[in-house]
Amino acid sequence: MESDTPSFSTAKARAISALESLGLEIFVPAVRLVTGEDPKVQLQDLTRSIGVPVVSIAVFLLLWSTLAASVETSIGSVPGPAAVWTEAKGLVVEHQAERQKEVEFYQRMEVLKEKWAAKGKAWKERRYSGRPTYFDQIWTSLQTVFVGFLVASLIAVPIGILCGLSRTMNAAFSPLIQVFKPVSPLAWLPIVMILVSALYTPENPFFEKSFITSALTVSLCSLWPTLVNTSLGVASVDQDHLNVARVLKLPWTTRVFKIVVPSALPLIFTGLRLSLGVGWMVLIAAEMLAQNPGLGKFVWDMFQNGSSQTLAQIMVAVFTIGLIGFMLDRLMVVLQRAVSFDGAAAA
Amino acid sequence: MMSARPIDDMPTARAAKPFLELRGICKSFGEGPSRSEVLSDIDLSVAEGEFLAIVGFSGSGKSTLINLIAGLERPDAGTIELDGKPITGPGPDRGVVFQSYALLPWLSVLGNVQLAVDAVFKDESAEERRIRARRYVEMVGLGAAHWKYPRELSGGMRQRVSVARGLAMDPKILLLDEPLSALDALTRGTLQTEIEQIWAADRKTVVLITNDVDEAILLADRIVPLRPGPRASLGPSFEVPLERPRDRTAVNDDPHFKKIRNEITHYLTAVMGESASANSKRRFVKPDVKPRDLRLRGLPSAR
Repeated sequence: MESDTPSFSTAKARAISALESLGLEIFVPAVRLVTGEDPKVQLQDLTRSIGVPVVSIAVFLLLWSTLAASVETSIGSVPGPAAVWTEAKGLVVEHQAERQKEVEFYQRMEVLKEKWAAKGKAWKERRYSGRPTYFDQIWTSLQTVFVGFLVASLIAVPIGILCGLSRTMNAAFSPLIQVFKPVSPLAWLPIVMILVSALYTPENPFFEKSFITSALTVSLCSLWPTLVNTSLGVASVDQDHLNVARVLKLPWTTRVFKIVVPSALPLIFTGLRLSLGVGWMVLIAAEMLAQNPGLGKFVWDMFQNGSSQTLAQIMVAVFTIGLIGFMLDRLMVVLQRAVSFDGAAAA
Repeated sequence: MMSARPIDDMPTARAAKPFLELRGICKSFGEGPSRSEVLSDIDLSVAEGEFLAIVGFSGSGKSTLINLIAGLERPDAGTIELDGKPITGPGPDRGVVFQSYALLPWLSVLGNVQLAVDAVFKDESAEERRIRARRYVEMVGLGAAHWKYPRELSGGMRQRVSVARGLAMDPKILLLDEPLSALDALTRGTLQTEIEQIWAADRKTVVLITNDVDEAILLADRIVPLRPGPRASLGPSFEVPLERPRDRTAVNDDPHFKKIRNEITHYLTAVMGESASANSKRRFVKPDVKPRDLRLRGLPSAR
């Protein structure tokens, strides 16, 4: 068997461990199949990991397209997959057209600038102010969720560590956590809006107020899973590891950063992963109400529009939100694997 | 003469000047009616440079004893002194090799040893500490694997790292808590030889806890059996006057070896019998449960 030469099998093992650490283990059977390893078993695995999902998606699309046409609403019939796909392409075209306009605008400005310079007049820079396209909205949403998530993590991880280390701290924070954890973003938002309006009044704001509002709402809702999991991870450090620290008489900081935190990292990342998921879900609602440019506002604007394309465009947004949420989750899985010491592959 | 003697009237010099001394140690766990006394009235003296083995059955309180010496637990009564100073808590002057290895899985072999070196030799330069850590990793034969992580190592290699970490602290005394009990027989044999060689190199005081009489005879200068708990106490000590280095295979035919083994084994089985008959005097209320047929109706019988 030529496929058993050492370099070949190392390359294969590497490819498999790379796929696993990237969270793409559903393609592992494909690699094994291509390399001729036990084709029957691999084909079975492949059917299960890729074939079955493909079939279920196909069934879903079929049901959707047949059922959608039979429902009439005030703004026409419910769009099927084809209509949504057309709308998605339309949004891409619109985005490209908008970018083209922007480029042309700046070209015109260059020409004008030279003319003005020739006449000896002072030139004032002008910025293109077209309306944000769908992809601009996605980008804003990603920025918002990232800022909100970052703020939440910076608060939740240290407090979680303190709660895990000290029972007193845990007793102090526990009632607050229990009460605030189940609060809906819609209840936080007005408070955050008023507070941001009152406290955030810089001369030249780097961030829009609405951006700060939705980012902070995301933080308020997404810090709990990280907090709870961090404190759990810290509290459940292996007694043997703590004994090592005691025998070595490690100072407090070394004990925390060399023993406790590394040992809690897998659970901290589990918390961060849950938090990012919550944050992304909350963001849409927050943007919708805060009128922060982003996917939430896009959905709201389309709803207000009430045109025949409304439903299809909102459905595009639904799929976008879902796919981005899925990708963010995968990203966190990859990070989690990279830091977990007892996991499969060392990334 | 190999007869068993109580420690108290040991005529040797080591009884006069003990390095590690335990006096009247008692330790219980639990509260109220569920309180059980694990160790009762333990007296033990270990001389400097001595290799002492404590042999006992599982559950006889061996690990509790080593935790008390390590300072990880406090005795209810009695005192422990090392080199004339009372032990009040854990410290790097007592290197512990844990039964479960207790390696930090996020640190490499070298990283685990380095952590101990960095904690103990704070006054040395970073370079000196690195060299020191490397030396102990190489001493246990893991120089080529120093970058590996614990999960990539076999049980024997993990325990080597743990031994290297214990030695790298340069402790006054090394406490080995059943270090080889989780290993297969072959690895066990190799590591026993290695531990003897390492010990012979710098003659550190060692207290080894084990449930393997052969292992104790092969490694120790003196063996003290632990009578099975609850209320475990130490038995008489047995000297092991065999020549070093001791060859695992040759020693099996040595008449001294056989004699000591017989004596210790007899002693242990005898006290085990005593303790079993003492325990059997207790009455247990058996649950009144009648067996029922758990077969599901309609399904074919599993018989």
